[in-house]
Amino acid sequence: MSGLATIAKRLLEALPTLFGVILVTFMLTRALPGDPAVFYAGPAADAESIAQVRHAMGLDRSLPVQFASYVEGLAAGDWGVSLSTGRDVTEELSRRLPASLELTLLGLLIAIVVAIPLGVLAATRPNSWVDHICRIIVTTGVSMPVFFTGLLLVYVFYYLLGWAPAPLGRLDFMHIAPDRVTGLYLVDSLIAGDVEVFRASLAHIFLPALTLGIFALAPIARMTRAAMLDVLSSDYIRTARASGLATRTVLFTYALRNALLSVLTTLGMVFSFLLGANVLVEKVFSWPGIGSFAIDALVASDYAAVQGFVLAMALLFVTLNLTIDLLYAVIDPRIRAAS
Amino acid sequence: MAAASTFTHARYVLGENPLTVVAFAMFFVLVLLAAFGPWIAPYDPLASDTAIKLMAPSAEHWFGTDHLGRDVLSRVIVATRLDLMIALSAVALAFFGGSVLGSLAGYYGGWTDRVIGRVIDTVMAFPLFVLAMGIVAVLGNSVENIVYATAVINLPFYARVARAEIGVRRESGFAAAAKVAGNGNIGVLARHLYPNILPAMMVQLSLNMGWAILNAAGLSFIGLGVRPPTPEWGIMVAEGAQFIVSGEWWLAVFPGVSLMIAVFCFNMMGDGLRDLIDPRRRT
Repeated sequence: MSGLATIAKRLLEALPTLFGVILVTFMLTRALPGDPAVFYAGPAADAESIAQVRHAMGLDRSLPVQFASYVEGLAAGDWGVSLSTGRDVTEELSRRLPASLELTLLGLLIAIVVAIPLGVLAATRPNSWVDHICRIIVTTGVSMPVFFTGLLLVYVFYYLLGWAPAPLGRLDFMHIAPDRVTGLYLVDSLIAGDVEVFRASLAHIFLPALTLGIFALAPIARMTRAAMLDVLSSDYIRTARASGLATRTVLFTYALRNALLSVLTTLGMVFSFLLGANVLVEKVFSWPGIGSFAIDALVASDYAAVQGFVLAMALLFVTLNLTIDLLYAVIDPRIRAAS
Repeated sequence: MAAASTFTHARYVLGENPLTVVAFAMFFVLVLLAAFGPWIAPYDPLASDTAIKLMAPSAEHWFGTDHLGRDVLSRVIVATRLDLMIALSAVALAFFGGSVLGSLAGYYGGWTDRVIGRVIDTVMAFPLFVLAMGIVAVLGNSVENIVYATAVINLPFYARVARAEIGVRRESGFAAAAKVAGNGNIGVLARHLYPNILPAMMVQLSLNMGWAILNAAGLSFIGLGVRPPTPEWGIMVAEGAQFIVSGEWWLAVFPGVSLMIAVFCFNMMGDGLRDLIDPRRRT
């Protein structure tokens, strides 16, 4: 089977998952406490206006019909209106999504840059003091509640040392956001050639991204260590060593490249953690992403906004998992050959 | 003899990783605090006195006082029970639900397996904390619903372990013998197969407990579930957050550290238990 067919097959396999996700969010919209029609009709509604709302929302039709029109609405971009801001949920989410993505991706990058060397170091010296220290570091990292890590970093780097700006969003009032191209301030400011804004956004994003990075450190480092241990005891590594290849070559060219494949498969779980942790970090740093939007919506019982957020996050996660799968299929020659 | 060799094995495994012993000791302290917290706490955790608000840690108030003049140490101690109870109830529910679903899927296979597998996959298709937020949003904002939401997002892990463990034992000799001896499917599953998967499930339970604590605390940090003035670690960190930028660190740091210690303890214990029970999975 060619590469293109493999990709098509994976895309098809994601369809049931997508269906399941939409079904669950649909069920969440139906499970509102009490009668949704009463809720949306407002406190001053009488029986007649409630019946009107019920008809307008299609709540008097059968569930499969309601589900069909729900899916139709989603596809047409109708995700409902946010009660607290009065604007379309899709508009609110898409405006805030780049802020969350920028934060999550930078967090992941920090985690990868630290965790992979740490895992390799631990695997080359199993059960030594280096291994134990790595183990303590990663276990501590995953045991820290993200919101607490964030606050500690704010206390040390903002209050005590004064190195970081106040934890109040992506930029302070002295800087104007760069023209939107990708929505990622770090990228947009470089495109605009504005070094000062780039510096300011980097200063603002660094602590929240570091918070996320510390949290994602453990799973990546653990997996790297386990995969490296596994690979290092394999026959081809013994052969490579016996052939007199330099330790460096054996370790990085042969062992690490193979170990990274297993690490790639765990990235899905890491993203699940990161997207969840992202919500908490956004609250700590007043980051104007979709997570803090969802928290405000939750507190205000703004159901359409919360459901839109849950669906958007799930779609994002499904897409990320799919990307990882495709990447894996592209990288691993065995899968290409087998399928 | 068997007990002696178990003990030797335990000492050997634990000796290789002394942190597990520390974790078990910390667990013991946590259980003591949860059981006797209200009697150990030096002050009433709810008694406020604005005359002594925001005092730094001192001899009278070891962990300082909060913005209403309440003793932070007492609040941290009393909160232990609520935090552990939320996590424990959620994990117990997830353990029960997950092991039933997973066992059925692993034993019957075929259609049952496909349907249950699809449901589990759908739950896992959400970023789990986000799903928990959504569930609490629709069920309503209460401690009980925090427990249910945390249980739902933990359930897939137990179901997967149970399915795999039952699956490898389904065709084994002792299961066939039990069947021939006249047991029905449910009888074989419940009395003969299920007890055998408990060790693996216990390891999962201990590994999961820390994560459940973090999730529940995260939900209360964003204002779901526990309401003030109830002492709970997540909400105490949230209340202390606004004071950390003006230097009153003790409000958030002590409950945050308690959370961390509890989670760290369960994670280390889980690792230790896994080393003891299932050496193949050691990483």
